[in-house]
Amino acid sequence: MTFWRSVAAQASSLRVRLLLAFALLGVTTTAVVASGSYFQARTVILQQAQDAAVMSLTDQLTKVYPIAQLPPTQNDLDLLAQRLSDREGFAVVIYRDMRAQGSQTPAPLSPELRAEVGDGQIAWQRVSQDGRPWLLIGTQLRLERPDGTAHPSGLEVYSVRDLVPEQQSIDQLATRAWWTGGLSLLLAVLLALLSARGVLRPVRDLGRAARRLGEGDLSTRLTVRGVDELADVARTFNDTAGTLERQVGELRRMESDARRFVADVSHELRTPLAAMTAVTDVLDEEAEHLPGDAGRAARLVSQETQNLTHLVNDLIEISRFDSGTARLALDDVDVGAAVTATLRIRGWTDRVRADLPPAVVARLDPRRLDVIVANLVGNAFRHGAEPVTVRVSADPDWVTIEVADQGPGLDPEVLPHVFDRFYKADTARTRSEGSGLGLAISWENARLHRHGERRGALVAGNAPGGGAVFTLRLPRETTDTGGAR
Amino acid sequence: MSQVLLIEDHQTVRDGLQLALTRQGHTVHAVGTGEQGLERLRAAPSDVVVLDLMLPGMDGFEVCRRIRQLGDLPIIMLTARNDDMDVVAGLEAGADDYVVKPVQARVLEARIRAVLRRTGGDSRRGGERAGLEQHGALTIDRAALVVSKDGTPVSLAPTELRLLLELSHTPGQVLSRQQLLEAVWEHGYLGDSRLVDACVQRVRAKIEADSSAPVFIQTVRGFGYRFGPL
Repeated sequence: MTFWRSVAAQASSLRVRLLLAFALLGVTTTAVVASGSYFQARTVILQQAQDAAVMSLTDQLTKVYPIAQLPPTQNDLDLLAQRLSDREGFAVVIYRDMRAQGSQTPAPLSPELRAEVGDGQIAWQRVSQDGRPWLLIGTQLRLERPDGTAHPSGLEVYSVRDLVPEQQSIDQLATRAWWTGGLSLLLAVLLALLSARGVLRPVRDLGRAARRLGEGDLSTRLTVRGVDELADVARTFNDTAGTLERQVGELRRMESDARRFVADVSHELRTPLAAMTAVTDVLDEEAEHLPGDAGRAARLVSQETQNLTHLVNDLIEISRFDSGTARLALDDVDVGAAVTATLRIRGWTDRVRADLPPAVVARLDPRRLDVIVANLVGNAFRHGAEPVTVRVSADPDWVTIEVADQGPGLDPEVLPHVFDRFYKADTARTRSEGSGLGLAISWENARLHRHGERRGALVAGNAPGGGAVFTLRLPRETTDTGGAR
Repeated sequence: MSQVLLIEDHQTVRDGLQLALTRQGHTVHAVGTGEQGLERLRAAPSDVVVLDLMLPGMDGFEVCRRIRQLGDLPIIMLTARNDDMDVVAGLEAGADDYVVKPVQARVLEARIRAVLRRTGGDSRRGGERAGLEQHGALTIDRAALVVSKDGTPVSLAPTELRLLLELSHTPGQVLSRQQLLEAVWEHGYLGDSRLVDACVQRVRAKIEADSSAPVFIQTVRGFGYRFGPL
């Protein structure tokens, strides 16, 4: 089945089609030319042999003319046969029941020939006997009457000639025709292969270049050869690739400009924020003693300065992922202990049901793990409902941390966007609940951990029984220290 | 309360930090360049230096190294960016701790108090076991806070000394980086383990015969550090 399909596919390939077309053309032309000239030459050769035989017979008959009176004796016939035989053939002379022959070779006289000669005509026939070709020419001697008219004498003379030399010439011709045919077929196949190569190479190059382009190598170009249609296609391909490269380059430049702008803005914001942050504690302390509005204003400035600081820190963190400068500080970490520490530091130990097997050690960046776990658990408190569970499990290659809550779960429309930057599932959500970058940063932190083909991942979903489940999977052995995305 | 030298080039940040730290009871002397800071240190004593890494002229790393040459004054770095390379380079230059700007005054203040506690004798860890301890060639005097190697006193910065005291307090017992961060740096949350690693490197350079094959402070891969066994 597969075999036949592959044969069918092969047969439909351009190369095979070209090959078949050339071969067919070659064979047909050769067959027509060779067979035509063969048959023509054969006819000519045989005709010449026949003409020569007739001439020579007539010639010899003239020499033996006139013959003795009729009826002849056997002796007369023998003599006649002897005289009419020569190197090229022998004669058979027949008169009624008498017969004389100039050779021991049995002459293959057919009844039809005899009948024709009997009617007084000159007749000939080619026969094959014991694998030898023979030419038979027969005539009847005529007697001239005293009144000048001639009448058949009843004396039949046959010239029997061997056609072996002619047959050999014809065979030679046939052999030559076969050779010519074979050679021209070979030539046709060679030409077909060459032209297939000529046509197929540009086509193959085009296919390969298109594939490279598809894989993202936008600098791919074809060498344009000649001025044919394929060269046109190559030129069009190059123009298209050029345009694509320019436009993608432009887009990338714009994107990286935008990213750099965000990074620069964030850095520029840091200095004034550093000054403001330094005095938020002063504001908080003074707010208690300030009357009414002044106190509220002071607290508001202090609170928003801290929110702004978080936002700017998150923006800088994100821009470090974008620019590929984020690095891992790897350590051998007891994952259960690390999760416990994360919960304890934030005072969440009593609110979270933790399932932490002992001695699951993984090589990872503990600070980033803390950021991820804190973010997921914090989100579960904010958007889900308690109890929140954290479950750590491991196999030899991966360590998995599941954070689940008992809330309504994630809306299917929200699910594909939960890791988008600044994505707000609930438009009524206020900014004070977070920068809007927490899950995006967690996602990037997870992906930063990689070991060969294994790459950390953070996925969001819903538990069968309801409630959102965020699953963090990190390779147990991280070798890549981050950087290139 | 304590003399703080603040080296920060941005006027507003300098003013803000000076204001907040002064309110906490510190005497803050603020300068804008590393050169001015070093000059001030030669002229008048300070208890702690708060040093911005991004400085015009002489950069923070160089200032840090020069201060280390002058003595064992505690140094807290202010890193403008949370740049890992900056942090590592600063710790290698001899800084005791670091905070990332923007920083709230009370966070910085807590770190200042923590390094000052390491310097002063007000909370001597392991002080209950007074007297001389002998660990091979190493002599540790927990009362006088002096460490000698082959009878020669070893000059250790306060944080380095505290780390060595903490580790040698329980010889043969492994302490995780987080345990050390909490005990020595008083980092109540998940701290930066590179602080421990950098400090261990500096201590090893001072007490080990061969830093690449340490005898006193040994690394236990996957767990932390251990003093001995000798």
